[in-house]
Amino acid sequence: MSSVSAAPPAAASLPARRRHPSTLTVYRWELRKLVSQKRTYLGLGLGVLLPLIFVIVQVVRNQPAHGDTIFAQEILQSGLATPVLMLTFLAPFFLPLIASLVSGDVVANEDGNGTLKTILTRSVDRGQVFAAKAAAAITYAALAVYLSAAVATVAGIGAWGFHGLRTLSDTFVSAPKGLLLVFAAYTFFLIPLIAVASIGVLLSTVTRNSAAAIVGTLGVTLVLAIVSQIPGLEGVHPYLLTQQYFAWQGLLRTPTDWAPILHSLWVCALYAVPALLAGYLVFLRRDVAGG
Amino acid sequence: MAAGAPSGPAGPDPVKARGLVKRYKEVLAVDHVDLNVKAGDVYGFLGPNGAGKTTTLRMALGLIVPTAGTVELFGHDPMRDGARALDGVAGFVEAPRFYPYLPARKNLELLAALDGDGARGRIDEVLEVVELTPRAGHRVGGYSHGMRQRLGIAAALLRRPRLLILDEPATGLDPGGMRDMRTLIKRLADDGITVLLSSHQLPEVQELCDRVAIVDSGRVVYEGALADLRRQGGAGYRLRTTDNGRALETARAQTGIHGVAAGEDGIGFQADEDRVAELSVALGRAGIGILGLTPELATLEDLFFRLTDPDAEAESASSAEALNELVEAP
Repeated sequence: MSSVSAAPPAAASLPARRRHPSTLTVYRWELRKLVSQKRTYLGLGLGVLLPLIFVIVQVVRNQPAHGDTIFAQEILQSGLATPVLMLTFLAPFFLPLIASLVSGDVVANEDGNGTLKTILTRSVDRGQVFAAKAAAAITYAALAVYLSAAVATVAGIGAWGFHGLRTLSDTFVSAPKGLLLVFAAYTFFLIPLIAVASIGVLLSTVTRNSAAAIVGTLGVTLVLAIVSQIPGLEGVHPYLLTQQYFAWQGLLRTPTDWAPILHSLWVCALYAVPALLAGYLVFLRRDVAGG
Repeated sequence: MAAGAPSGPAGPDPVKARGLVKRYKEVLAVDHVDLNVKAGDVYGFLGPNGAGKTTTLRMALGLIVPTAGTVELFGHDPMRDGARALDGVAGFVEAPRFYPYLPARKNLELLAALDGDGARGRIDEVLEVVELTPRAGHRVGGYSHGMRQRLGIAAALLRRPRLLILDEPATGLDPGGMRDMRTLIKRLADDGITVLLSSHQLPEVQELCDRVAIVDSGRVVYEGALADLRRQGGAGYRLRTTDNGRALETARAQTGIHGVAAGEDGIGFQADEDRVAELSVALGRAGIGILGLTPELATLEDLFFRLTDPDAEAESASSAEALNELVEAP
């Protein structure tokens, strides 16, 4: 800075009121930050890798996959059975893990690095920052789900062809309709996954510690899974988040069984909305003392 | 006020804190702090470590919630008005922090996007001001501490601030970097930006600031013009004579002459002007020639320790006197 005589921006001509950026702008930058970080690709990479490994192993084995679902038995008959079977495998743990990787980190990481104070002293309100971060975490979860779906579908079709799919009601649907059902199944799986991400964002805000928030989010889902196995608590099972991971299977019945899907919608809302609301309120009033 | 600084636009003061309190369980970090930073001030915010300076600045920027009291920036309370309260305000508390995995330019683009108001168009200009243009494409993770400090200034200038809040901006800089930082702050103040400068560098504050607040244990122990503080510190004089030994005895014998101490560059003492006149007459009568008699204002460092650590000040004074007596003993 030896030649500091270069004129800095003049303060005198300041407008009385600034034009403040929209939440969409903040959200776009949250996504750009995600894109610039290596750990983002860890989760996505695993989401790509697991379906590929599965398909390669099945091609080598050339036998129906293990498992008692109809899709395991159908794996060699239609490539569309692969993404459905993969969703069954990945839904209970792996996809929630990917969702929690970013949602648990999204606030805590910035708090720990001190960059939260950097962005909160600009022209954006705390509410905008929180909304953008929550939306980015959910976007990442959705991206991981659709990427996994796309890889499983393409790999499955490449290995076993684009054929009709047998449903859980033992009826056949055409290949195009089967493809649509696969897409819809993954989309409806996003409902409980958004609830998981919301819990991650809450823990990230409250704990200020990425590892604690990620492990805590998985811990919550694990505890709910254990509760679902405890005899005598059958009455609460329909209200457990982990029970909603398979609501999408209603789509693969003939006729479509909307009841579990609609049930999942409001049960997941019971988890997601309070988590996001609590996270928002904490974020609005919390002390930013990190960094 | 820095030379040439305008008095600032009419309106609410850049910073006005009233009864600001921050308590962490049993610890009272900030205890009813009042601050008044006027437009055009280069305002020094001083205090020992843990005195509550950074906590106060964080409250001013809306980063932490006061337990009690209010702080307003140009009339807007960050707790009440959110980001609107920071319009025209920029700066950093503790070290400026950036995304290490992004290049400096991308960091500034991000911040400019969060500033809006055409800040993106000023990126090249502010990089030029802090001389980071050649390294703008490098990731901040590889930056030195000094470069990050400069990037912090650049990030602040993006907002075209009317009030710049800087917390220890020279910390960790080499002497050249500290000099450049001082020059930059002077330059910004000359351009009409009000500066609230928290610093441990007392000479820096003495050189840059016209008004100061000194905090100790969370309380403001002085707030006002630096010149007034130095005057209140007592007028000191430095005397050089043809016979310093006898002059020392003469000075000690005079009434109204205090703190008489011999040093390498003469005899130091405190007195009001009338007593100084009487001393000069007494020295003349004793046949002692006066080579020099110069008034000395107390340094900010003296005053700082007197306000924040009076015991250490008293100890230091008594040690100096004991040393003098030892030196003068036959």
